[in-house]
Amino acid sequence: MPIFRGNSPKMFLGTLVYGLVNSVILALVAMGFNMTFGISGIANFAYGALYILAGFGTWILLNSLAIPLFLAIPAMVLITALVGGLLYRFILIRLRGMVISEVIATFGIGLAIVEMFRFLGFIHVKYSLPVFSDGSIFIGGVYLDFQRAFIVVFGIALSGTLWVFTRHTRIGLAFRGIAQDERTALTFGIDSDRISALSMGFGGGLCALAAVVILPLRTISVDAGYEVLLEALAVCIVGGLGSSVGVILASFILGMAQTFTAMYWGPHWMMIVTLVAILAILAIRPSGLLGKQKELEERI
Amino acid sequence: MSRDPKQRKKRLDRGIKVRSGDIFVLTSWREMLYVLVPRVLPMLFILVFILVATPYWKRVLVSMAMTGILALSWDLLVSTGLVSLGQALFFGMGAYVAGTLNHAWGWPYWATIPIATIGGGLICTLSLIPVLRLRGIYFAMITLVLPLVLVRIIEATKIFGGTEGLSGLSTFHYAAEELGISLLAFAAVLFGFRRLMGTDYGLVLQGIRDNDLSVISAGINIYWYKAQALFLAGSVGALAGAFMTHAYMFVGMPVFALDYSILPIASAVVGGMGTLAGPALGACILVPLSEALRAMGPLRVVCYGLFLVVFTVAIPEGIFPYLQRKYHQFEYWVKVEV
Repeated sequence: MPIFRGNSPKMFLGTLVYGLVNSVILALVAMGFNMTFGISGIANFAYGALYILAGFGTWILLNSLAIPLFLAIPAMVLITALVGGLLYRFILIRLRGMVISEVIATFGIGLAIVEMFRFLGFIHVKYSLPVFSDGSIFIGGVYLDFQRAFIVVFGIALSGTLWVFTRHTRIGLAFRGIAQDERTALTFGIDSDRISALSMGFGGGLCALAAVVILPLRTISVDAGYEVLLEALAVCIVGGLGSSVGVILASFILGMAQTFTAMYWGPHWMMIVTLVAILAILAIRPSGLLGKQKELEERI
Repeated sequence: MSRDPKQRKKRLDRGIKVRSGDIFVLTSWREMLYVLVPRVLPMLFILVFILVATPYWKRVLVSMAMTGILALSWDLLVSTGLVSLGQALFFGMGAYVAGTLNHAWGWPYWATIPIATIGGGLICTLSLIPVLRLRGIYFAMITLVLPLVLVRIIEATKIFGGTEGLSGLSTFHYAAEELGISLLAFAAVLFGFRRLMGTDYGLVLQGIRDNDLSVISAGINIYWYKAQALFLAGSVGALAGAFMTHAYMFVGMPVFALDYSILPIASAVVGGMGTLAGPALGACILVPLSEALRAMGPLRVVCYGLFLVVFTVAIPEGIFPYLQRKYHQFEYWVKVEV
């Protein structure tokens, strides 16, 4: 992140541009988590672990097996999606509906994956993914590298694709059916276990996609496994758990707030702003900015 | 998972359970033993363990007792219908109150621990009262976030020693004193809470968990009861924090870390939620297990995570309800009559 000193319109514009990039990154990170939760009601606490699994997996495919980038990325996205689906099929299916057990089980799996990478020694700076192409463009008074510009375009394209997918394909419609009313969907012949497994798979896949486009900006660190989970949670809570439009709105609010506090106030305060935003939202409007209000379910 | 569909499992209470359910337990030694064994046996086991344990394992026992207390405080909240994902808030509050009193004015532990217990509980209750109306996952999220915010605020503003924390605090004079107090406190909280849940007061708390609207219709102010439960759980959690502060002679940002939120929940899930004895049992399994795995180095956390998963999947109800059932009931398969 560029460091500016002094107050100037140029600094403001630059912060705005980087805030935009940050917002899209947050939206990408939260999308998969939100999808799984919105459809099957499973809070996937192994989400951050899947994120670094995708990152390190791509690194291994690239450097140890020498598979070219354009093959390694789809392969890893598929593998991560498969891992998500299998987690549901073999573990979560037995705990359906027991929310605390679900959280503990997914958290346990996440812990195991993240710490396994730490144990295997993936803790050096050398672990980073290559950017898709070098170079930068001059926009709003700052230089923006192609990777960041690509992330913005990719985020917009992905949310567009998902919007079409959930409204115009059979699986997408089944997703929305289960999300709206599981029992009614069952009477229409939609298999709720299959859809839930698919939703975990899609969540994992989206998480891997986010990882491969975002991780070239930084080195892949094991601790990102915990940070990403927290970021995804924050965005989903502020936007409203399960609401797609809410997630995008919330990621813009949080992304801009984070970038501006980091720039004008110091990076220490960045996380505090995020967390205080969550607290305020939960206390004032528990279902989030755009979540469906469920009066008696959320407070009494 | 696959079993004969023509059979079902039938459960029947043992006769002795029915006979020893009330004052009639005093009728014979056999009945008295039946009631006492599950309560006395674990305590005897711990006493024998103390006699043979090395000083290191005695320290583990202290940590086990404190985790057990924290898990009990979690379970009391759950029994009232308040799911907390942030026991670290209670733990850390107690730890910082005790640590600050000891560091700034040099108060001894027998003064700071009681003050931190009451004070920490009070601070936690007051800070959570504005969100007492929230239910379920929304309350849980608030508790998850609060300790994380406090850590960041301590880091950013550098109050209470900032990132380095406060070290060089006074500790207990004898190791036996430390061990004795911690185990006694553990037993007192366990049996006290179990007793409390059996009284009319406890029934109201459980009523709030099961159906808060009907408790309101009965003319009971549930917010007042929830606040009291919060104070009880908060004080007990703060007690654990204050005690550990003096045991480690240090208080710092790690007391608000996720570990102290996860460990009680994990204990409760392993032991059985809502039973109070379950979380205590869970802590007695998990903490020594985590120490025993220490030899494995970094792989320890991996095993720990997998262990949690296996347990939640294999015995979703928890160990304590499982054992309780086996102790009290006959089980046998009967043919389903078509």
